[in-house]
Amino acid sequence: MKLTLKIWRQKNAQAKGQMVTYPIDGIDGDMSFLEMMDVLNNELINKGEEPVVFDHDCREGICGSCSMFINGEAHGPDRLVTTCQLHMRKFKDGDTITIEPWRAAGFPVIKDLMVDRSSFDRIQHAGGFISINTSGNTQDANAIPIEKIDADAAFDAATCIGCGACVASCKNSSAMLFVSAKVSQFALLPQGQVEATDRVLNMVKQMDEEGFGNCTNTGACEVECPKGISLENIARMNREYLAASLKG
Amino acid sequence: MSGLLKSSIGRKVAMALSGLFLVVFLTQHFVINSTAVLAPELFNTWSHFMGTNGLVQFGLQPVLIFGVVFHFIMGFALELQNRKARPVKYASYKGGAAAPWTSRNMIISGLVILAFLGLHFYDFWIPEMIHKYVETHPEDPTRYYAETVHKFENPVRVGLYVLSFVLLALHLWHGFASSFQSVGFNNKFSVALSKFAKVWSVAIPVGFIIIAVYLHFNQIPH
Repeated sequence: MKLTLKIWRQKNAQAKGQMVTYPIDGIDGDMSFLEMMDVLNNELINKGEEPVVFDHDCREGICGSCSMFINGEAHGPDRLVTTCQLHMRKFKDGDTITIEPWRAAGFPVIKDLMVDRSSFDRIQHAGGFISINTSGNTQDANAIPIEKIDADAAFDAATCIGCGACVASCKNSSAMLFVSAKVSQFALLPQGQVEATDRVLNMVKQMDEEGFGNCTNTGACEVECPKGISLENIARMNREYLAASLKG
Repeated sequence: MSGLLKSSIGRKVAMALSGLFLVVFLTQHFVINSTAVLAPELFNTWSHFMGTNGLVQFGLQPVLIFGVVFHFIMGFALELQNRKARPVKYASYKGGAAAPWTSRNMIISGLVILAFLGLHFYDFWIPEMIHKYVETHPEDPTRYYAETVHKFENPVRVGLYVLSFVLLALHLWHGFASSFQSVGFNNKFSVALSKFAKVWSVAIPVGFIIIAVYLHFNQIPH
């Protein structure tokens, strides 16, 4: 497969970046998108040029590192996949592929396609946890009966890998899907009730401070989320937030 | 509680609640207007009531004006904040692949509705206020139907009204159904509620279009 890649190159956070075009040949349909990027980087290194910097780690759709905005969509044209799970067979010989970093005030570019997602860490630190002493005498979680429907919904929310595709896809760069997943995974379980009020208030406050936009309920985040996190979580967070605001 | 309107969620709830209030207003506006086609005498009676009742004029009217102004100001504030949240735009952004046009362009449909409200106030509300409170004519309870029909004599005005109602339908198509999500209502009833909201969002503007076109083609002598 012969392709033309248009890739965002930016020296550092302060530099003004630009799109650079790279022709590439010999790409197999069974390669993953990141393997194709590896081929490109090998060629660049062999030519003495600087390779394209991009985030990647597990390469099996778990870590959420591989943030790339491919042809106008987070993680490219496929659904329920991260970039590392995207195969080159989704593209045709002769295609031009535009590759950009996540674009959001809350995700400043560090270099090329790599963005700083520590804003998500700070939101998590603000309340995405439960204060249970895990020193050894903790009650077995299975000893607390939880309705299957709630346990499943909490687990679905907990599958969020914090990749930021929701922010990247949203026209407002809103982080509501991410934050709502992190709120929901505790809101549905008895273990999450102790800090429920502070959790949602503090996490939303931090989200707003990080410069993410508002939710317009377009549903773009849900469509592009590699883990299929649903908009139901945002509605649940809204309810939690309203209830917490009235209380606290 | 104090910071609610400063928070992103508080603001979207405020947008949803003011929007739902305007949906209720539109429904009653449509019901009264439909009598201009179905029963002109009833139109006069109801218009006279709405135009002279103290509770409507000095109680509900200011609340309505506040609701409209609040919805627009909050909408602009959110739009500005949302634009700031993505300082560098994408070279390639397939918004349409994941979200419908109506949901991504509420500001466009909203601005057209705002422009329409300017025209609508110029046509009806301002003359009505001058007639009642500045020039203080003796009240004629039969004047409303003829005045309304004559407003729709000009085909350009009818065209502008029809265009605005189409944009109103697009605005409501997303706004009405999504307001329930904003206030946290997402459960087994949501699909049915969303379907009802979408039918309503088309039916009411189409009804307004039918009224405008009907009155244009059924003029009465001045």
